[in-house]
Parts: sequence; structure tokens; C-alpha cells
Amino acid sequence: MNLLRPLLGALAIALLASIPARAAPLRIEITEGVIEPLPFALPDFQPENAAAAEMARQISRVVAADLVGTGLFREIPPSAFVSTVTSFASPVQYADWKAINAQALITGAVAVGPGDRLTVKFRLFDVFSQAPLGEGLQFSGSESAWRRMAHKVADAVYGRITGEAGYFDSRVVFVSESGPKNARLKRLAIMDYDGANLQYLTDSSALVLAPRFSPTGDRVLYTSYETGFPQIFLLDVANVGRAALPTPPGNMSFAPRFSPDGKSVVFSLEKGGNTDIYRMNLDGSGVVRLTRAPSIETGPSFSPDGRRIVFSSDRSGSPQLYVMPAGGGEARRISFGPGRYNTPVWSPRGDLIAFTKQNAGRFHIGVMRTDGSEERLLTASFLDEGPTWAPNGRVIMFTRVSQGAQGDSALYAVDITGRNLRRVPTPGPASDPSWSPLQ
Amino acid sequence: MRHLTRAALLIMVLGAAACTNPGRFDNAGAGGGAGAGAVPGSASDPTSPAYFQQTVGDRVFFAVDQSTLSAEARDTLLKQAAWLKDNPAFSAIIEGHADEQGTREYNLALGARRASAVQNFLIEAGVEAARLRTVSYGKERPIAICSDESCYAQNRRAVTVLSAGPGTS
Repeated sequence: MNLLRPLLGALAIALLASIPARAAPLRIEITEGVIEPLPFALPDFQPENAAAAEMARQISRVVAADLVGTGLFREIPPSAFVSTVTSFASPVQYADWKAINAQALITGAVAVGPGDRLTVKFRLFDVFSQAPLGEGLQFSGSESAWRRMAHKVADAVYGRITGEAGYFDSRVVFVSESGPKNARLKRLAIMDYDGANLQYLTDSSALVLAPRFSPTGDRVLYTSYETGFPQIFLLDVANVGRAALPTPPGNMSFAPRFSPDGKSVVFSLEKGGNTDIYRMNLDGSGVVRLTRAPSIETGPSFSPDGRRIVFSSDRSGSPQLYVMPAGGGEARRISFGPGRYNTPVWSPRGDLIAFTKQNAGRFHIGVMRTDGSEERLLTASFLDEGPTWAPNGRVIMFTRVSQGAQGDSALYAVDITGRNLRRVPTPGPASDPSWSPLQ
Repeated sequence: MRHLTRAALLIMVLGAAACTNPGRFDNAGAGGGAGAGAVPGSASDPTSPAYFQQTVGDRVFFAVDQSTLSAEARDTLLKQAAWLKDNPAFSAIIEGHADEQGTREYNLALGARRASAVQNFLIEAGVEAARLRTVSYGKERPIAICSDESCYAQNRRAVTVLSAGPGTS
């Protein structure tokens, strides 16, 4: 992402039209759990010069795939169009789009040059109200960042129709797996949220587990057996440099997560068989022991305001979720249902906590309010674990493992409504996703 | 024979120094050397890692989500302790493992609990603490890969893995 930042640093966002945005009836309420996806038409963006022809087509496809992948939108196939868009500037023939039942129309144009500069413009129309929805937007950057510009267009469309921030211009760091179950090789990998632009961050010489993005997406904390013993490492995404975190003495440090300001880390440290939660600055200073119990305390995750930490503990006899002040102190149990609760993760919106629940031989990804009320299970399978939130707090990605000797790990995503469960494409078996913030 | 030679070589370099991550013996001599008399380094040599693995027993098993040592486990560990006291040139890393029914991080902590239970028992049985280290693999290194109790029971284990050297201080 630091590679792209300079390219997009000068990302120009220019208003194309002076038509004032207005409240429009074209709207999806995500929380309702959409049953009928909103139909949209997306004629391939217009190439403004010959060099842009292929790029225009590809960008259009990425925008459409982003929207369809949410489960909230349905694309009307171009073969159904009764009108063609020949110019980005020409007036919209609303009747032609209404005739095919398109509720939203997305038009765009793409230009390449000078040099490797790529410019993408788009407009969004509410067909039934016969009016633009928001103003036209223009993005420009390096041609190599074309997918990011497509994702930004889709984020803008999603934002205008749902009233929520999008999540398409984001990345996922995860563990790429290979080899048999009893000699599994694992390495860190990073990719766009949709599986594109995969890049490996470590080789598979040492077992690596559970990477977690920093709040700005530029660094990753993870657990590695590089020294022969599990230890937390910090990796810089841009230059792939890594270093062991200077944790206090102990047998094993693991389960790290950044604080919301990116300056400190909460993690588990095991000494003499007992695991407790600690906090320290990334440079090793300011170590604070946050729990002090003979039980297992692990999986800490900060609230977005940095004031509280949710974690799991088996102090009651089985793993349950607890919330404590970020400086330590009295912890309040928030999970009370049947089964075992682990890997709590606070939503970036602050309203929900996602978790893994194990009950009656099945695993679930679920969400509850931060006081433990309104628990809802979103998935059920032989083994689901390790939720991570989309930057807008509306989608959760997690690991699903299939049963048996040939069982494999894969990444899945599900909406917090429980709808739109789908597999996230990876080149091979994969686990432990961590979703970046919007770039 | 290749295994035997390797084991013998490792014994020759014993005491070469303790390092933070001592080289571990894998299945040295497994299945080989039986009945051949006390071939040095073979399973019939009572001072060999192969003997420790096969005759003493290098692992103990646990109930679901437990780190309590069963009577059978204590019996095995008493033999391990006796062997370690007789063979002071070896140190050991105790590996704690869990089955796949649990989340990754909880199982790491559970594996550490199991390894520590074994370590504490061996120390109480007279093995110097400096010769014993622990490491947890959680559910990352199953030895049996089916998804039912017949495999899970084998995976909920702590394995005492010998390494060359008198231990870390």
C-alpha cells in the first residue's frame, strides 16, 4: 500500500458536474437484510482515447463485480440493454433504462495518458427519479493502480446508495497454506479484498499464524516459529522487513493486536504454562500486565475508541468473552450462551463484537452487542473461526476448515445480516484473514 | 542404517554447547536395530534417543480441554524422568499439542498448559529445570489427521523431544 500511496497521493478528485446532490429514493438499508438485490446497469465505461479501450472494459468489470459481490446489487446483462451509451457527456435516456428495470445506471469514461496516467470518471443516476445521484467524480493515478480506481468508483456508488462507507479499496493479509495436514506449510500473503494482486510476505520456512493489520494498513503483527518458539513479529508491508517484537521474557508470545492509535500492542504471553494478557509500546517500553489469573486469557481486541479491551478467558471453566478497561482492572463477562466463545473482535464501528463460538460439535461465527446482548450466529460449519471486520463493519471474513484427512482451509465472507455467505478467492488453501482499513 | 549413523554422530557431538533452539532428534532408529544387541544409538541401546522414544515412551495424552496428567501419563513420565537422570547429556523440549476442535490461539495456550504440566512433573521427579524447555504447537502439528475422536485422542499430547546438550541455563 505504501507502493501505491505515492501513485495515488496526488489522487485527483474533481467535480464533473455542478448538479447539486439531493436526497433520492434510491436507497438500500443494509441492516434490513436485503432479499431482492437492487438492479443496476453498467455499460462498459467509454474509452476516451484508443489506449484506454481495454482498460475501460476491465475497470467496468471490476466495478460491477464489487457491487454484485455484496449481494445487495444485481447487474442487468448488457445484452438486455435497449439503449447504448456512446458518449459520457450525452444525456441519459431514462426511459430506455427504466424499460429494462434498471434502478441505478452507472456510466463512466476512462482516459490513458499522458504517460502512464490513468483518469477514470463516473456518474451515478437514479433511473426511477430520473436524476443524477450525487455529482460526477473523477479519479486519476498511475495506470498500475487501475484496480484501486475501479474499487474507488464502486465504493462511491455503494456509499451513495447505502449511505454507508464502502470497503472495496482494501486489502487482506492472511496465511497461505500448502502441504498435508500433518506437515502443513504456512506463509504470510497479502492481496486485494477480492483476491487480486496477491503477494507473499514471508517464505514457508517457519510456521506463521494469525497476521493482524495496523490501523493504517502499513504494518502487520503476526506470530512466527522463526526462532523455534512462538513469538510475535512486526512486518512492514511496503518493504517486507520484519523484526521480532521485544516482548517480556516468557515461553511464548502470541495473539497480538494493535491499539487504535497504532502505537501499542495487546497480546498474550505464556509463562510456566499460564497465559495472560499484556500491553506494551511497539518498542518494548511501557509493559503493563492486564490480567493476572491462573486461567487462559487470550485473544485481546481493542474497542475503536481505545478505552476497552475484549478478550476470552476460561476462568469460569470454559472460554467466555470478557470486557475490561484498556488499562486492566475488573473484567465483566459478556457471553452467557451455551458453548465456548473465542477470538472476539471489536467492530470498527464500535457497535458489535464478532466471535467464534463452538457448541454441540459445530463452529459458528457470530456477533453480539458490546454488552453481550442480541447474540446472533451468522454461520455454522465443521470449523469456522477467526472473524475479521470489513472496514465499514458490515461484512466479516473468516477461516472455514473442511472435515477429514483431506480437509482444507479457505477464506469466507458473510454479511452481518447472515446473508451473502461466499468464498473469497485465494490461489490455494488459506486461513487467518485480517482485513485492512480503507486505503 | 542411515538413521543409526546419524544418531551416533549426534551423540558424538554431545555437549557441543546449548543453544536456544537445540537440534531435535526425529524418529531416529524407529523400526530399525531391533534384536541386534546393544548397537550404539539403536533402539536396543538404552542410552539412545530411539530407546527413549520407543521403550520409555516419549509422549503422554490428555482428555478434551484438559491438562491433567492421568495415572498412565504419570507412569510414563516417571520413566522419562529416570531416563533423563541416567542420561544427563541430553536436554529436552516438551511439545504441547491440541486437537483441531478449538480456535488457534486458545489451543496454543492449551498446548502450553499441557507442556508445562509435563515439565513440572519431570522437575518434581528430579530432572534439572535447566534441561527442560516447553513449546506449544496448538493444533498446528497433528500426527493423526482424521476428524474424529480416534485421531483427536492421539493429537491431544505432550511429546518429550530430546536434544543434544546439557540444557540451557
